[in-house]
Amino acid sequence: MATNPETDLPPTNHDEARRSFLRQSSLLTALALVPGPVVHAASAELDETVAAAFEKMPLKLEINGKKYKFSVEPRTTLLDLLREQLHLTGTKKGCDYGQCGACTVHVDGQRVNSCLSFAVMHEGKKITTIEGLADGDKLHPMQEAFVKHDGFQCGYCTPGQIMSAVACVREGHADSEAEIREYMSGNICRCGAYANIVAAIQEVKQGGQKV
Amino acid sequence: MNQFQYVRPTQQRTAITAVAKDPNATFIAGGTNLVDLMKRGVMTPQKLVDINRLPLTKIEHQKNSLRIGALALNATVANHQLVRERHPLLAQALNAGASAQLRNMATVGGNLLQRTRCPYFYDVTLPCNKRQPGSGCGALEGINRMHAIFGFSDKCIAVHPSDMSVALAALDATVLVSGPKGDRSIAFADLHRLPGDAPEKDTTLEPGELITAVEVPDGHFTRYVSYYKVRERASYAFALVSVAAALDLDGDNIVAARLAMGGVAHKPWRLAAAEQHLIGKPATEASFRQAADVAMQGAKAFKHNEYKLKLAPNTIVQALKTAAAA
Repeated sequence: MATNPETDLPPTNHDEARRSFLRQSSLLTALALVPGPVVHAASAELDETVAAAFEKMPLKLEINGKKYKFSVEPRTTLLDLLREQLHLTGTKKGCDYGQCGACTVHVDGQRVNSCLSFAVMHEGKKITTIEGLADGDKLHPMQEAFVKHDGFQCGYCTPGQIMSAVACVREGHADSEAEIREYMSGNICRCGAYANIVAAIQEVKQGGQKV
Repeated sequence: MNQFQYVRPTQQRTAITAVAKDPNATFIAGGTNLVDLMKRGVMTPQKLVDINRLPLTKIEHQKNSLRIGALALNATVANHQLVRERHPLLAQALNAGASAQLRNMATVGGNLLQRTRCPYFYDVTLPCNKRQPGSGCGALEGINRMHAIFGFSDKCIAVHPSDMSVALAALDATVLVSGPKGDRSIAFADLHRLPGDAPEKDTTLEPGELITAVEVPDGHFTRYVSYYKVRERASYAFALVSVAAALDLDGDNIVAARLAMGGVAHKPWRLAAAEQHLIGKPATEASFRQAADVAMQGAKAFKHNEYKLKLAPNTIVQALKTAAAA
């Protein structure tokens, strides 16, 4: 949970955390008193709960221009940190295995799959999510182009598509339809809005605006 | 996912010692394969040693080779001017792998060490000698359409998934490693193993050994090259069959040739006999077809991958034609 007065997030409720720790400690003690195979089955079941009682690490990140300090378990992925702790739910969990691209964010300006990296491995880095793309109320040119060209149907893959599309243009990989299709292949759209997504990217690229 | 300890050393020696002394510790760099495997319970390390603070990202030309640091990102290597000029085959192979996002995360060392994508290896409820030695090979009598046609054993018929490794095998690269007993270099062909009786071992690395760099020797394969990858969609899929082809031509005459195949064996499959066959021949489809026939000697299919016995030689011919026309 975020614990930083620099942010506008609610501070950690320490009493709550302590109560939760005590609950989990007594759970562990109870587990220690029952036979091995039972514990094995139980700990597999309770894995996620028990884990909260284990060691956390400090972590500093800049997310969408704001600095945050966290205390996280090493196994927390960047995606889960964004969604579960900061409630930045624009970044989507699609497959959670790096196969769909719905979780695409920028780390120090480069697009990555946030589901396949542990948050602690990004100490000190700058993260940009879909929430950080617009300039106040003014949509990013890529967001406008997706709206204009109907670059989506259900919209679930759209944040990842847009983050990837912005990077695709910035990288210089949007010079032709074929190149766009190749360099956007890490973002799957099950509605099949690909033709419109390509059109949106081409418009932004040809418009020459700063992305 | 299981809990684990996480450390982030800044000294190479500290990182190596941490893994060498603890059989349940493992290095993590890009994490694109390891995190996936940990989520599925296929790999359950108790300690992760994050090596991203080690100074191993440099790409530079030294003496007679291009030295690529183990932590250089796949995207960085693919776009690097020295790589594109001197080893376009390597750049092509890198860009044929994964997606733009994954290439921004995956490192050179990690790419070499990625595990097979065999579905029996990935599913912890199914038997797999590579994941759990002695449990049997589910693919042998199971769904084996993605599997090996060369170099397999009755313990394992999985294939190595890396595209970059196929190019590095063709280019006679050398892998530099550092370990608890010091530094050594490994010829690329000797890094990955065939499964034999120990499919749980993908490579010849010793516990705690860390890949620090890959060296690609200078050569004449700067123009007539092709990494030709056949997969089930146009992009972002593992190879059914891929071929790294490089030619040195004098007019139409083949002076030197390099060929390696991916998606067909437990390691990148170098086609030395086919290379020899091409030397001195004209760069024609007939020569390429003969070389492909030579390359396919000894291939054997399973129930669902018989198509590879046709696809592989056709891909060799296509890669050579594309290379010669480059």
